[in-house]
Amino acid sequence: MKLQDFIQPELVKNIINELRFYKDTATFMEVCGSHTMAIGHWGLRKLIPENIHLISGPGCPVCVTPSTVVDALIDLKDVTIATFGDLIRVPGSKQTLEQARAAGANIKTVYSPMEALDLAQREETVFVGIGFETTIPGIAYTIIEASRQRQYNFSVLPLLKLIPPALHALLSDSEVKINGLILPGHVSVIIGTKAYQFVSDKYGISGVVTGFEPLDIVLGIKLLIGRLHDPGIINEYSRIVSSDGNTVAQTAISEVFTTGNAIWRGLGNIPDSGLDIRPEYDQFDALKKYNITISEEAENTACGCSNVLKGKIKPLDCPLFARLCTPDNPIGPCMVSSEGSCAAYYKYER
Amino acid sequence: MCLAIPGQIVKKINNNTGLVDLGSVTKEVSLVFLPDIEIGDWIIIHTGFALEKISEKDALETIELLHSAYSKGRIE
Repeated sequence: MKLQDFIQPELVKNIINELRFYKDTATFMEVCGSHTMAIGHWGLRKLIPENIHLISGPGCPVCVTPSTVVDALIDLKDVTIATFGDLIRVPGSKQTLEQARAAGANIKTVYSPMEALDLAQREETVFVGIGFETTIPGIAYTIIEASRQRQYNFSVLPLLKLIPPALHALLSDSEVKINGLILPGHVSVIIGTKAYQFVSDKYGISGVVTGFEPLDIVLGIKLLIGRLHDPGIINEYSRIVSSDGNTVAQTAISEVFTTGNAIWRGLGNIPDSGLDIRPEYDQFDALKKYNITISEEAENTACGCSNVLKGKIKPLDCPLFARLCTPDNPIGPCMVSSEGSCAAYYKYER
Repeated sequence: MCLAIPGQIVKKINNNTGLVDLGSVTKEVSLVFLPDIEIGDWIIIHTGFALEKISEKDALETIELLHSAYSKGRIE
């Protein structure tokens, strides 16, 4: 399969040239951190016409995870903490997980939650469950498998978050001015395009599900412009994304989890935007097993991250950006992860 | 973090697990979310799980549509 066709410069250039026929101003939000990185990597923000603004949204799971989680994990004693590498450099109030590991804590980086389940055969293991709908099915399946194996050395700290409720919260904010959404391609693989119907029905704007290659993204922008006055949900990523999503994965999610409130760093508490482990799987719920409470944290008042996550300001407008707040010394959540808006701007768009 | 990578199924180890060619390496992935997958199918993989089959037909159609449209001039 010639997937590299989606990088063809000539086709990308043709579409960008077409965008120049559009003369009004439009602001589109790329919800997903991987889109933010792709847009920065390919220099698309500067290539498209100046009247089309791309702003970055809250779609980076590490960025919206409260840093109090890091403190709670470091406080756990006599267990192995298994985490995706994305979380390892996030500062808690005193240390990162990486620093705690250097100081002797038993913290291991894993690629898959199933690797954490393997670790539990030898040692008491807590897997740090961060992620959106793309990541959630694998974690759900791992909990089902732990239950089948009766592997009670294993538990998951559920910090999982759902995209549609966050979009509701964002679009309900009267200060957020967006003409269209570039919707997350791989979240959509699981939940399907129909999960976004409310975006056009309730909020009167269009959304386009796109892939991550440059052609996908510029084509997505062109499709959004074509539907500015006829709101609807468009699927540019039909080679992978369907209307219904992956129903087998959805069943695994509902088997293990039920919706609950979740704290989004920078955005606060959003109703029904998180997932709690069902009582049937209580033995695998690290919150209950270790009596962990995750509190809402006090943000640095000069940090503009909550406004960056809502697309109200660009990272460059934050007084801390690239001065006090850098990837080596991240102050706000958007600088913490390599997929955070501020980290992407720091790397590609200064 | 939600990035998923493409690969091609080269072997089914059992109903739930397959071997995937990722270009320079092969890797075992879980197929639990794709019960009807076959050897030769292209899939996207995230954290060790195959999440969806890639439709070559849809991919080629998108590209061919753009090529043919631009060879004639502006897309409407």
